[in-house]
Amino acid sequence: MSTSANVAPARGGATGRDPSECVARFELRLTRFLGFDGQMLAPLPAFAREPGTLVQAYRDMTLTRQFDQRAVALQRTGRLGTYPSSLGQEATAVGVGAAMARSDVFLGTYRETGTMLVRGVQMRDILLYWSGDTRGMAHAGADAPVEDFPLSVPIASHAPHAVGVAYALKMRHESRAVVCVLGDGATSKGDFYEALNAAGVWQLPLVFVVVNNHWAISVPRSIQSHAQTLAQKAIAAGIDGEQVDGNDVVAVRHVIGEALSSARMGYGPRLVEALTYRLCDHTTADDARRYRLAAEVEKHQGLDPIARLRGYLTTSGVWTNADEERLMTEHRQNIEAAVSGYLAVEPPPPGAMFEHLFERLPRALEAQRDALPGAMSS
Amino acid sequence: MSAITLVEAVNQALAFELDADPSVLVLGEDVGANGGVFRATSGLLQRYGKARVVDTPLAECLIAGMSVGLAAQGMKPVAEFQFMGFMYSAIDQVVNHASRLRYRTRGRLSCPLVLRAPFGAGIHAPEHHSESAEALFAHIPGLRVVVPSSPARAYGLLLAAIRDPDPVIFLEPTRLYRLGKEEVPNNGKALALDSCFVLRDGSDVTLVTWGAAVRETLATAERLSTEGVQAEVIDVATLAPLDMETILDSVEKTGRCVIVHEAAKNCGVGAEIAARLADDGLLRLLAPVRRVTGYDTILPPARLESLFLPQPERICAAVHELLEAA
Repeated sequence: MSTSANVAPARGGATGRDPSECVARFELRLTRFLGFDGQMLAPLPAFAREPGTLVQAYRDMTLTRQFDQRAVALQRTGRLGTYPSSLGQEATAVGVGAAMARSDVFLGTYRETGTMLVRGVQMRDILLYWSGDTRGMAHAGADAPVEDFPLSVPIASHAPHAVGVAYALKMRHESRAVVCVLGDGATSKGDFYEALNAAGVWQLPLVFVVVNNHWAISVPRSIQSHAQTLAQKAIAAGIDGEQVDGNDVVAVRHVIGEALSSARMGYGPRLVEALTYRLCDHTTADDARRYRLAAEVEKHQGLDPIARLRGYLTTSGVWTNADEERLMTEHRQNIEAAVSGYLAVEPPPPGAMFEHLFERLPRALEAQRDALPGAMSS
Repeated sequence: MSAITLVEAVNQALAFELDADPSVLVLGEDVGANGGVFRATSGLLQRYGKARVVDTPLAECLIAGMSVGLAAQGMKPVAEFQFMGFMYSAIDQVVNHASRLRYRTRGRLSCPLVLRAPFGAGIHAPEHHSESAEALFAHIPGLRVVVPSSPARAYGLLLAAIRDPDPVIFLEPTRLYRLGKEEVPNNGKALALDSCFVLRDGSDVTLVTWGAAVRETLATAERLSTEGVQAEVIDVATLAPLDMETILDSVEKTGRCVIVHEAAKNCGVGAEIAARLADDGLLRLLAPVRRVTGYDTILPPARLESLFLPQPERICAAVHELLEAA
């Protein structure tokens, strides 16, 4: 986005008859590197020219998809709670994760499984969480991102948290940045605007990523806002906004990466609208056929981010059918190991309800805890 | 050392902790150059700078929500809301996040924040400026709700709230902000949370109260003593979690209890105390528990507000009724 402003009164007397004048102009850009068939539309950024980088992205995207499928299967067979698949949005989730530095802080919602996997959250823990067990958000693994927030369920309510985290980083002069991912529906909420506005005021190292998948459960993008883009919401906050093709992992990683570098260097926040599409139901509790046409879904299946990247890798000669088969087998083995690990976790003891409610359980609550069957042994 | 008011004691505690702990910061609307609408943060900007004494945009949900983010990063935010009536738009953050961040992450992240707000009626303020909604917060698991009723308790309890590793809603009775002074040594000594204060010993009836109503309750106790009735007065101070031991010990002695609070009666904190007395103290009671509270109406604006508040006459009448019963 570029801004030009003219607030000084015109000089030289009354030459024009129009009593009003333009005081600001805004422009929004959309970035895309890979065409729908995987063809290169523009020279790729440096990171994408390094051998292995895009293969790694492909690995992460396909892992996310296979994991999602397995999680849905577990839910359908009664071994997992409600689960939100991210089918079709893998490039955005993985691109965001890949663009972030390990030391950056991530705050997302419930459809960022790909980002969480790239950030080092264990598949077992994600399953544990969706089984209804908060131990899944304890991020106990050695490589786990311990400062990342637990995924946020109430829409947009994590946006103000991101402001607080970014304020702390800036106040302590740390060259780290924060990523806050929200959906298109979240942009209709007041807490999103409050956070965006404050990030602008304090020029915080914070990148908002609006994942526009076109549907907030059954409510289409057109009912969320009459605005031509969601990226332009940034304009009112005085910060830069732009769009990226959210099904092009190269573009997502590039745009988010640039925004993060800029934020870490102290140039303030940015809003990136990633254009993608949810090819699946909202969650396993949803049936998207109730509110959208099969033809629309089919059209977007043709824009699949995984097929697009695979097309590019295949054309470039760095990916073969044998590679594909090997990778799918590897994913299956890793996922099955995680599933076994998850299914082996015993339910938490009853007393766990009272743990971590406060740092130390107040005396007033001890009697309730101690009256729980089995609590004393926990 | 000179005597200070309750609002000055709040200021003194904030300054002490800003000095003592670099992770403490104060934020809110008008807390900077203006020193807060009640002047609770007066002079702090000049001493500690705008990075730690932060004027925020006018956005209450943001103030609460960014405090959660700051707290998760190891900071100790002390956020000011101008009036309790403007906290409602921050409730989502308090209920969905501040109170359960520790729980949701099994202790990986925590939320050591303080949300301060002036509360209560009796200063002839406009609509929405006189709320007593402490019960809303007391109902939320994972929160502490603390209400000081004197300069010394404001100082000691606010220090305790800031140092507490969990979220605290700290409600300051506006009516007491400048009503009376006492000497409060600036020694950094915190008072214990989760404990009632017995303000007056007595053997005939227990008067349980908090906030600005402490004043009328103490006045009532004085009046009763001229009639030969000795009232014990308990300032609950921490409304959640509730220290019932002190209240039960007192009722054990007196056999009678009147609960006095400014908030509406229905589902007020007084209802919880009465229920706990029924659970654990029924056999010690000589008479029913009585509540003298605000009415179950919208708090009336200035011209009727004194009628709404529990006045000594109503408290006295309730005590007399109990004494006549047994």
